[in-house]
Amino acid sequence: MTKVEAIIQVSKLDAVKDALHEVGVEGMTVFEARGHGRQKGHTEFYRGREYTVDLIPKVKLEIVLADEMVEKVVHAIATAARTGKIGDGKIFLSRIDEAIRIRNDERGENVL
Amino acid sequence: MRNSVTALLVLGIACLLPIGAWAQTSVTPGAGGDAQLARIAKLEQAVADAKSSGDNAWMLTCAALVLMMTGPGLALFYGGLVRKKNVLSTMMQSFALMAIITLLWGLVSYSLAFGPGNSFIGGLHNLFLRGVGGQPDPDYAATIPLQTFMIYQLMFAIITPALITGAFAERMKFSAMVAFMILWSIIVYSPMAHMVWGKGGLLNASLGGRFPCLDFAGGTVVHVTSGVSALVCALYLGPRLGYPKQSMPPHSVVLSFIGACLLWVGWFGFNAGSALSAGTLATSAFVATHFGAAAATVGWSVAEWWKRGKPSALGAISGAVAGLVAITPAAGFVSPMSAVAIGLIAGVVCFLMVTKVKSIFGYDDSLDAFGVHGAGGTLGALLTGIFAVSAVNPIFKDTQGNTLPSGLIEGNAHQLVNQLIGVAIAWILAIVGTLVILKLVDMTIGLRVSEDAETQGLDLSEHGEEGYYWESSA
Repeated sequence: MTKVEAIIQVSKLDAVKDALHEVGVEGMTVFEARGHGRQKGHTEFYRGREYTVDLIPKVKLEIVLADEMVEKVVHAIATAARTGKIGDGKIFLSRIDEAIRIRNDERGENVL
Repeated sequence: MRNSVTALLVLGIACLLPIGAWAQTSVTPGAGGDAQLARIAKLEQAVADAKSSGDNAWMLTCAALVLMMTGPGLALFYGGLVRKKNVLSTMMQSFALMAIITLLWGLVSYSLAFGPGNSFIGGLHNLFLRGVGGQPDPDYAATIPLQTFMIYQLMFAIITPALITGAFAERMKFSAMVAFMILWSIIVYSPMAHMVWGKGGLLNASLGGRFPCLDFAGGTVVHVTSGVSALVCALYLGPRLGYPKQSMPPHSVVLSFIGACLLWVGWFGFNAGSALSAGTLATSAFVATHFGAAAATVGWSVAEWWKRGKPSALGAISGAVAGLVAITPAAGFVSPMSAVAIGLIAGVVCFLMVTKVKSIFGYDDSLDAFGVHGAGGTLGALLTGIFAVSAVNPIFKDTQGNTLPSGLIEGNAHQLVNQLIGVAIAWILAIVGTLVILKLVDMTIGLRVSEDAETQGLDLSEHGEEGYYWESSA
């Protein structure tokens, strides 16, 4: 099993969700996140005082998949989330040892 | 059908009979004369009652509108500008004042402001609202119960100290705030209100004060006193922890936005209500208020757009409040187009005060109580001396009852001097009074919360609650 963590632009969440449903992903967890990579923040002005916002709102998705799904899903996310500009985000993959369904203690890939 | 026609005829004749009777008395001299006089007296009484009930209805409505300016208006406006962890403590300050100043007003401060006294302060004649009942006091407002006048003025006494809370937001102890405000209301507000509006007051323009200062709805009494006291508080308390290095943007401009809209509406009660009647003067003040606010919104926004490249929502609402402040002394004395001029000037000047002057001097007037109310109030009071015209409000009369010119544009240059005297007295009283009170409270209760409490936020440390409880969605 593989965990796909994707950090994307907030405005791309709907497009990514649609793309994931199309390739057959049935579950996901979404977090509202803040952060930045090489993309610099922006400045805001409140009554003339300048505030630098360097932690920019992002969305993080976590999906755990059977290994054969991974490439398809990565492609779907990358295509749907891409604007081509700096700040589009990242996708991280990692191994998952076990999955357990809380409802009935079922284990393994069936849980996904 | 025929029956109903007959009924109508009978009804018609019945209605005409009294008119016939009246016509008869009017042509019969002598015995009927007394009855006629009595009838006229009754009629005059009825007219007076009708006028009184109209004025009273308006003034009670205005009193409610002015209370709405403090809560929720100012509470939302200020509450949105602070950080999340201080939203309740900030709103609570305004709300607590709604209760505390009310009780104080009934006990003593109404009497000190509007009771008979000397040139500087009222006496103790109206302690516990003694003598404040249904009878009008013609010196103040001839057509409304004195009690209506009292409750209307109370709402001003509430919002004025509430405005100061913007200067020491996010760092003052609640207990210290309560003590400070009680003393401030007695030592600064009541004397200033008495001097400008009270019987025998030094600056009272309508009751023959020594230096008649035009202040229709409280430019000096409300905004200069609160704004200048705010500056003194900000300087005395020092900046918030981390200011100005740490960024402290408003946690919700949305709340502030709603608050500002409520303030604008409430301000009609504040300014138009200051006519103390529902006639043309109220209309004139209403119109000037609205045009002043609109022009200042444009003034601030254009200045911001030009300097910063973008017109912000916070800028627009701050501009509106600045304009409302500046037009406060002038409404009821100036034409709508003069109100536009005052608003435009106030919008630009207050923008510069808040964005430039504050950072040059480095004081932490957290929510810009001085930049908007102190500066806007001073500006408005002086501009009133320029733009006041007797056509709007013939306030000055010679001994024969002829109307005299009001402001500089009518040739009364001396009025500007009187305005300056009024402003100077308000500044001095606010500075000295506030310093003394701060020192007193500092030595007894202590003004600031501890560093830990300030870091944690005053909602939790002072009130034991949170504005946005994170588990509340569960």
